[in-house]
Amino acid sequence: MTGVLVSTTINGDAVQFACPTDETLLDSLRNRVGLTGAKEGCGTGDCGACSVTLDGRLVCACLVLGVEANGREIGTVEGLVEDGKLHPLQEKFIEHAALQCGICTPGFLVAAKTLLEKNPKPSEEQIRYALAGNLCRCTGYDKIVRAVQAAAKEMRKK
Amino acid sequence: MGHDTNYQDREFKIIGTRVKRPDGIDKVTGRAKYGADAFAPGQLVGKVLRSPHAHAIIQKIDISKAEKLAGVKAIITSADLPDLTGSNRGMTDILENCMARGRALYHGHAVAAVAAIDEQTAKQALKLIKVTYKLLPHVTDVDEAMLPDAPIIQDFVLQDGKPSNIAGISTFGHGDVDAGFAEADVIVEKSYKTEQTHQGYIEPHACLANVSSDGSGELWVTTQGHFSFRVVCSTLLGLDMAKLKVTSSEIGGGFGGKTHVWTEPLALALSRKANRPVKLVMTRDEVFKASGPTSSTSMDIKIGAKKDGTITAATAMLRYQDGAFPGIWGMLGAMTAYACYDLKNVKTVGHDVLVNRPKVAAYRAPSAPMAAFGVESTMDLVANEIGMSPLDFRIKNAAKEGTQASYGPVYGPIGIGPTLEAVKKHPHMRAKLKKNQGRGMACGFWFNFGGQTCVDLNIGPDGTVSLTIGTIDVGGSRASLSLIVAEELGIPYDQVRTNIGDTASLGHNDTTEGSRGTFSSGMAAIFAARDAVGVLRERAAKMWDIPVDDVVWADGVATATGAKHSNLPPLTLAAIAAKAASTGGPIAGHNEVVADNAGVSFASHICDVEVDPETGSTKIIRYTVIQDAGKAIHPDYVEGQFQGGAAQGIGWALNEEYIYGADGCLQNTGFLDYRIPVCSDLPFIDTQILEIPNPNHPYGVRGVGETSIVPPLAAIGNAVSHAAGVRMTHIPMSAPRILKAIDDAKA
Ligand code: FES
Ligand code: FES
Repeated sequence: MTGVLVSTTINGDAVQFACPTDETLLDSLRNRVGLTGAKEGCGTGDCGACSVTLDGRLVCACLVLGVEANGREIGTVEGLVEDGKLHPLQEKFIEHAALQCGICTPGFLVAAKTLLEKNPKPSEEQIRYALAGNLCRCTGYDKIVRAVQAAAKEMRKK
Repeated sequence: MGHDTNYQDREFKIIGTRVKRPDGIDKVTGRAKYGADAFAPGQLVGKVLRSPHAHAIIQKIDISKAEKLAGVKAIITSADLPDLTGSNRGMTDILENCMARGRALYHGHAVAAVAAIDEQTAKQALKLIKVTYKLLPHVTDVDEAMLPDAPIIQDFVLQDGKPSNIAGISTFGHGDVDAGFAEADVIVEKSYKTEQTHQGYIEPHACLANVSSDGSGELWVTTQGHFSFRVVCSTLLGLDMAKLKVTSSEIGGGFGGKTHVWTEPLALALSRKANRPVKLVMTRDEVFKASGPTSSTSMDIKIGAKKDGTITAATAMLRYQDGAFPGIWGMLGAMTAYACYDLKNVKTVGHDVLVNRPKVAAYRAPSAPMAAFGVESTMDLVANEIGMSPLDFRIKNAAKEGTQASYGPVYGPIGIGPTLEAVKKHPHMRAKLKKNQGRGMACGFWFNFGGQTCVDLNIGPDGTVSLTIGTIDVGGSRASLSLIVAEELGIPYDQVRTNIGDTASLGHNDTTEGSRGTFSSGMAAIFAARDAVGVLRERAAKMWDIPVDDVVWADGVATATGAKHSNLPPLTLAAIAAKAASTGGPIAGHNEVVADNAGVSFASHICDVEVDPETGSTKIIRYTVIQDAGKAIHPDYVEGQFQGGAAQGIGWALNEEYIYGADGCLQNTGFLDYRIPVCSDLPFIDTQILEIPNPNHPYGVRGVGETSIVPPLAAIGNAVSHAAGVRMTHIPMSAPRILKAIDDAKA
């Protein structure tokens, strides 16, 4: 097993960790950096629970290698709070009861944030397709879509 | 102390408001700790080796090479798990399901497990374990398993003294069905099949086990019942119950699948052997292969009715597979099949059948959706034959207060009639349908369950209140329970915090199943709060030096009654708590209860679909859930249960199924091939909450979590038959099945 030292930026902080070359970014984040917000629901890119951003692009952390983070910027759910304030999406998810068990929530928040950065005024259909890579088994997605709509509205006010 | 469990009509101040849940902030920031998020110093990684065969004798397990691999700290086989269960068959089955004992009974059955210093080493060790199998004939289909020459799964199961795969036959009903059918103007008889589905919670099973050499241990685990896990794990491992502390993590979905132990005893056994903490997390592939899905079924339904719409007789022959170990799934199907209706003559027979598949577990109103599919589809067929609308036909035969249920009891006030009347009035019923679209409806029933429950309510020195519960929170129940305590004490919601206690901090609590969380812990919380109010009044009386009878508790303060006390300003909870040290010590309330009579629940669903006649693919256009909640403590989370159950039902109806090959192996063990509904598959799901108080709960609460999965299979089946002109009798109604039905109908 060969190990590699990785220098990366996570949620704006410079971070270093060492990992085997075949380890997923998800395992590196969870087991070496100690950020367990991203979850493993499948490990095969099918559930989106591990959603993070890599240089601003939405990726499944279970399909990226830890070593690929070298020299790049990672964004996780832990980075959504800014200056001690919840992101409007986080606010609206709580307010609209958009989570039941909450295991899918970090992935949905990261995916929805990426969507709203690109498209501040998505239609219901655009939201549904943008979030189609994130599985939720509890909610039937109803309150999730409503929370994203409410957050988008709130963010447009600013 | 005895408490009155009867419903009392009252005005609520904050029950029914949509407050923010206390665990929300942790869950949107990634701080909440789920099963796989725990860490213990020195922890090892546990991994399980599973049978690649459906049915095989395990002739030899050679661990010599694996043992020698650097970094491997423990390897266990069934030899490390001696049978300590006595003659308790249920426990022996759990033990054997956790790890095969000489025979692999299904594809994915555990045969050995390792603990190693890291994931890579553990995986490598699994590859080095050499198992010699001798293949046996297998059977995975429920009907084939009942044939006389089918391979026998369990030797101890006998019918008429002969080995059989039929582990149970349960009969329910009343009246004389032959006489009833003789009276009928119309009789419809039809057979149906439903395929096996998985609960599909997004969080795989995960635990962290830590057993010390003195025989004490800790288990951190994602579970619906940490107290039951303690009972099972300590029994299987021979540990003292009091020495095994089980802590429930945040749970990433369960729906019944986390009521059973799967790998936890293995993690404990590995930890004991390695003398180090062991973290064991199932892969998604393992979750599908080896944690219990729901039954696949086959059934024959027969309903007879008079021209005026009165049902004269109804029967159901149900065959449910249990996986490789006996269960009660066919029995539950037989109990629920006709529970929505007021029938003079009814008979249901449920068969529990063993096959070479994983041990079946509960899945949200377990067994009811399949039976409802058969019955509610047939109800539509009968209505068509007599020329009545399916809705009016159901209204005419709906069970009501005083009806003897087909499974025995006589109903109190119930919600089936009101949900049907609400369907009639709902705007959904008047929405225009376009080409290739169709509308269907169906009803559903679930018992709900109460069970053993206890809570502790402690008032802090600053007057804030902490409620410790032993049921777990699958979807917002901590918010609901805090609301209840705040309502009883007359204080703001924010002043109450509900926490889930581990097994060392509370008495036994039954598993959180049967929609019992808010119902039973809610009942105990009401009583604990009332106990605390008693103490608060005593303390206030002491502080004022007046008789306790002169003190009343209302709106969060103690007030001295009567003119002679008019000089005494009211005492707040904080003021009384601050003086607790000098008035008798900490202030608390407790309650232990067996919360029976959780209140049966009924729902009616309406669904519009569009079927593409070229491809057979089906899209849900509109969906409405109408259900009786008794009393909705927190409407958001009640609606959430309605919507979530409907979505699971939609997935089951249209797409989800376990696909077995001719080799008896499961072929679709990932979310790519076992496709659950995604966001773009579904419309908004409309909900309507009815509140018909449960007479056996002080607030009228009924369980709400499960019933919503019961009607969708049939509602969608009925909608598809209107949209495409074909009656679907096999679930899931996947595109190829619908296309075939359309083509067959043309031919
Ligand atoms: S864990 Fe990465 S997509 Fe499921
Ligand atoms: S809230 Fe449980 S999976 Fe989405």
